[in-house]
Amino acid sequence: MSKAYIALQDNEESHYIVEAIEEDNPTATVIYQPAMIRIENEGRLVIKRETVEEKMGRDWEIQALHVNLITLGGNVDEDDDQFSLSWKQ
Amino acid sequence: MTAKKLNMKEKYSLLTRDLDWEYSYRDYKEIFPQEEFEGIKITDWSKWEDPFRLTMDAYWKYQAEKEKKLYAILDAFAQNNGQQNVTDARYINAIKLFLTGISPGEHQAAMGFGHVGRQLGGVGARVACQMQAIDELRHVQTQIHAMSHYNKFFDGFQDFSHMHDRVWYLSVPKSFFDDARTAGPFEYMVAIGFSFEYVLTNLLFVPFMSGAAYNGDMATVTFGFSAQSDEARHMTLGLEIIKFLLEQHPDNVPIVQRWINKWFWRGTRMLALVAMMMDYMLPNKVMSWQEAWEVYFEEAGSSLFKDLARYGIEMPAYAKTAIAEKEHVSHQAWSIFYNYGHAAAFHTWMPTEKEMDWLSEKYPNTFDKYYRPRFEKWREMEAAGERFYNPTLPMLCQTCQIPMGFTDMEDPTATFYRQSEYDGERYNFCSDGCKDIFDYEPEKYVQAWLPVHQIYQGNCGGAEMEDVLGDYYKINLGVDNMDFHGSPDEERWNAWHNLPSAEDKLKQAS
Amino acid sequence: MSIEIKTATLEPIRHTYEHTKRRFGDKPASRYQEASYDIAPEQNFHYRPTWQPDKELFDQSRTAVVMDDWNVHKDPRQYYYGTYVQARAKLQEVTESNYAFFDKRGFADRMPEEVRQKIIRCMVPLRHAELGANMNNMFCFSYGTATVVNQGFLYHSMDRLGIAQYLSRVGLLLDGNSTESLAAAKEFWMSDPVWQGMRRYIENVLCLEDWFEVFIAQNVVLDTLVYDLIYRQFDEKITEEGGSDLAMLIEFMQEWHKDSSRWVDATLKTTVGESEHNRETIRRWVADWQEKAVADLAPLAEIAVGDDAMNACVEVLNKRLAKAGL
Repeated sequence: MSKAYIALQDNEESHYIVEAIEEDNPTATVIYQPAMIRIENEGRLVIKRETVEEKMGRDWEIQALHVNLITLGGNVDEDDDQFSLSWKQ
Repeated sequence: MTAKKLNMKEKYSLLTRDLDWEYSYRDYKEIFPQEEFEGIKITDWSKWEDPFRLTMDAYWKYQAEKEKKLYAILDAFAQNNGQQNVTDARYINAIKLFLTGISPGEHQAAMGFGHVGRQLGGVGARVACQMQAIDELRHVQTQIHAMSHYNKFFDGFQDFSHMHDRVWYLSVPKSFFDDARTAGPFEYMVAIGFSFEYVLTNLLFVPFMSGAAYNGDMATVTFGFSAQSDEARHMTLGLEIIKFLLEQHPDNVPIVQRWINKWFWRGTRMLALVAMMMDYMLPNKVMSWQEAWEVYFEEAGSSLFKDLARYGIEMPAYAKTAIAEKEHVSHQAWSIFYNYGHAAAFHTWMPTEKEMDWLSEKYPNTFDKYYRPRFEKWREMEAAGERFYNPTLPMLCQTCQIPMGFTDMEDPTATFYRQSEYDGERYNFCSDGCKDIFDYEPEKYVQAWLPVHQIYQGNCGGAEMEDVLGDYYKINLGVDNMDFHGSPDEERWNAWHNLPSAEDKLKQAS
Repeated sequence: MSIEIKTATLEPIRHTYEHTKRRFGDKPASRYQEASYDIAPEQNFHYRPTWQPDKELFDQSRTAVVMDDWNVHKDPRQYYYGTYVQARAKLQEVTESNYAFFDKRGFADRMPEEVRQKIIRCMVPLRHAELGANMNNMFCFSYGTATVVNQGFLYHSMDRLGIAQYLSRVGLLLDGNSTESLAAAKEFWMSDPVWQGMRRYIENVLCLEDWFEVFIAQNVVLDTLVYDLIYRQFDEKITEEGGSDLAMLIEFMQEWHKDSSRWVDATLKTTVGESEHNRETIRRWVADWQEKAVADLAPLAEIAVGDDAMNACVEVLNKRLAKAGL
C-alpha cells in the first residue's frame, strides 16, 4: 500500500489540525521539517472537521485547510465534514 | 418555509454545473472548436468529477486572507532590510534564476489555463482551469513583488522580463511553456496540469522553499508556501483530468501515455536548473537534489503510477534514465553554468572545501569520481588568477535547448549525443527522450528559436559577444555576470557585514 | 595593521525593475506597475499553436483594433491579483451577511408571490447569461497580448462566475433550497420567447474570433443594457410592487457594476483614442451589436419593467459611448 500524505505550513493553526489528524489517524507519522509539517499514513489519511473544531474550540470549515496546505499525495475526497486522501493500490 | 440544507456537493453542482446549457442557436463545435483535433474522445462531460468545490465567494475570502498575510510579511521584510539576513549573498543568485527563469513560466501557465478554461466543453473542468489561471497570475505577481526588494540591492533581477524572451538558458523554460501552450487543450492539461503540477512541481517548490527558509530568505519562503497552498488544488485538478481522460474512452490511453512520457522528460530536463539550485546555490543545505528526487518523484510518483496502473498507464518512459541521472544532473548543470558564467545574468562560483565535502557525502557514487577533480582544478585556476570561462558557443539540444553536456549513464564520462534528420537537415539531441519527442513531431520542433543558432544568424544584436550579452540580452557586463568573487554583489554584502572587501584581502595578503 | 570599520551602507542601487523604469522613469514604482506592465513575452516564440497555425502565441493580429503599444492601458482601479481579491472579499462579506439576514428573517415568505415569480422569470435566468459572460471574458484574457489589459479580463471573467453563483443562490433563497426556481429559470432560458433573443445573442458572441469585438459585444453593449435594465430599473419596479427586499440580494451586482464600469470605460476610451482606424472599427461593432441587443432584449424589458425600459437603457449606453469618444 502506498502512503497518502499531506504537508502543512508550520504555524499555530496547523498545530491544531495536526493534533486532530493524529487523533483520527492513529497510525500516521508526523515529520517536522524546516517551516513545514508532513504527515503520512499507509493508504489513507483523513481530516475531520469535528475533530479540528474540537481542538481549536471554534467553528472551522474544511475549505480553510487550503490556507495552510503545502502539498498532498493521494486521491482527494472533500465534503462538508471531512477531507480525505487515499490510494487505491 | 424552513429551508432544507444543501450539502457541499449538491450546492457546488447547482452553482457551477447547472449554469451550463445545451446550445441551440449555434453548434457546439463552433463554440468549442478545439476539442477534437488531438484525437481525444470525450463521450460525456457530465462524468467529470470536480476535484475541489470552491465557489467564487469562498475563493475570494480565502485568497484574500492569504494575500493579506503575504503582503504584510513582504512589507515587514522590506522595512527591516531583510535582504541582509540571508545566509550568504551567493544564495541570492538562486532567486535571480527563479525570477528570470520560473516566474515568467507562471505567467505562461496563467495564459494556458485561461485558454483551456475557455476551450474545454465541460463546465466543471472549465471552471477548475479558470481558477488555476487566476492562481498562476497570482504566483507571477507575488513573485515579482517578493523579489522587488532584492532587486533594489542586488544585480541581475532588473530585466527579468526582457531577458526571458532572449537569453540562452532562459529559452529552456520558455520553450517548455511555449510547447505546452501551442499544444491542444488536452495535451496542455496533461503537460502542465498533470505531468508538471502533479508529478514535478513539488520538487521545485517544497524542498527549495524549505531551503529558502533555512537560508533566512523570508520573502521567498513566504511567497513559496503561499503559492503552494494553491498548488494542492492544482495537483488535484491534474490528477482528475488524467482519470477523466482515461475513463472516457480506451482510445485515449495510448495518447495520454505518450503525453506523459513526453512531458515527464521535458519537465525533468527543465528541473536540471532546480537541481543545481538545490545542490550548489543554497549555502545552508536542507537535502540534496538526489534526496528530494527520491522523496518527491520516486516515492510519490510510484504511488501515483501504481494507482494509475488500473487504466493501463505505466511509469513514464525514461523514468529509469532520469532516476540514474539523479546522481549526476546537478553537478553537470552547474558545470555548464560555471563554464558560461560570463554569459549568465547571475553569478557562479566553485563550492568551498566544506561544500565539496558535503557533496562527496551526499553523492558517494559520483561526486569524488567524476566531478570533484574537475572542480578542484577550476578552483586552482581561479586562485592563480585564471578563472576558467569557456569562450566557445555551446551546441544546444534541439528539444530541451540545454547545452549538450549531459553524459551517458552507461559511461558517465562520455557526453550523450543523438541526431535525427528531417527535411535534409540534421538536428542534435542530449538524450533519447529529447530525440523521441522531436521524431514524433519534427514539424513542430524544427521551429524552435534556438539561441545559439540565432546568434550565428545575426539575429541577436551583432557578431561580438558584447553586442549579444550587453545590447541584446541587457546583461550589465562585469556586474550581473562572471564569478561571484569580485562581483559588486559580494562587495556590497561585505560592506553591510563589515567583512573585508576583496581589495582589503589582497592588501592583507601582500 | 589597522582595521578600518566601514559604515554599512543600505542605500538601494536602483528604485525599481528596468521594465517599469523605462516606462515610468527612475523612481520607486507601485506594486500595480511592477506586476502589470511589460511582463508578457513579446518575441522569439518557439512554436506556432497547433490549434491556430497561422498565428503566434501573443499574436497582436487576433483583433482588428491596433495599438502601437498595448501597455499604454491602465486599469483605474489598479487591480493586480492581491488588490483584486481583497476588494472582492470585502464585497462578498457584505453579501454573505445580507443573504444570511434575508434567509434568517424569512424575507422570501413575506414577498408577494407574483413578485417572487417575477424575479424567477426575469432575473434568475441571468445566471446562464453570466456563465456566457464568464466564457467570453476568459476568451479575451487568453487571446489578448499585454498583461495590463489581460488581467482585467481575467478578474472580470471570475467576477461573472461569482455573479452567476450569487444569482443561483438568489433562486435558492426564493425557493427554500428546493431548487425549483433554478429548474424553472433554466426552462425560461431555454424556451421562454422572452429570453431567446438574449440566449441567441450570447451564443453568437461565443463564436466570435476577434477578442476585442467580444469585449464590445459583451461588456460594452450587452452588459450596459442588461445591468441598467435589471439592477436599476427592475429593482425599482420590484420595490414598487412590494419586493424591496430584493435590494439586499443584488447589492453585490450593483456595486460590482460600478467598479467594473470604471475599467470597461477606460479600456474602451484608450483603444478608441488610439487612432481613427480603431474608432471606426469599434463604431461599426457597436452599431451592429447594439442593434441586435436592443431587439433581443426588448421582450424581456417589456415584461420586467415596461414600455419605456429599453429606451432608458439605450440612453445609458449612448452616454457611455459618448464618454469614450464614440
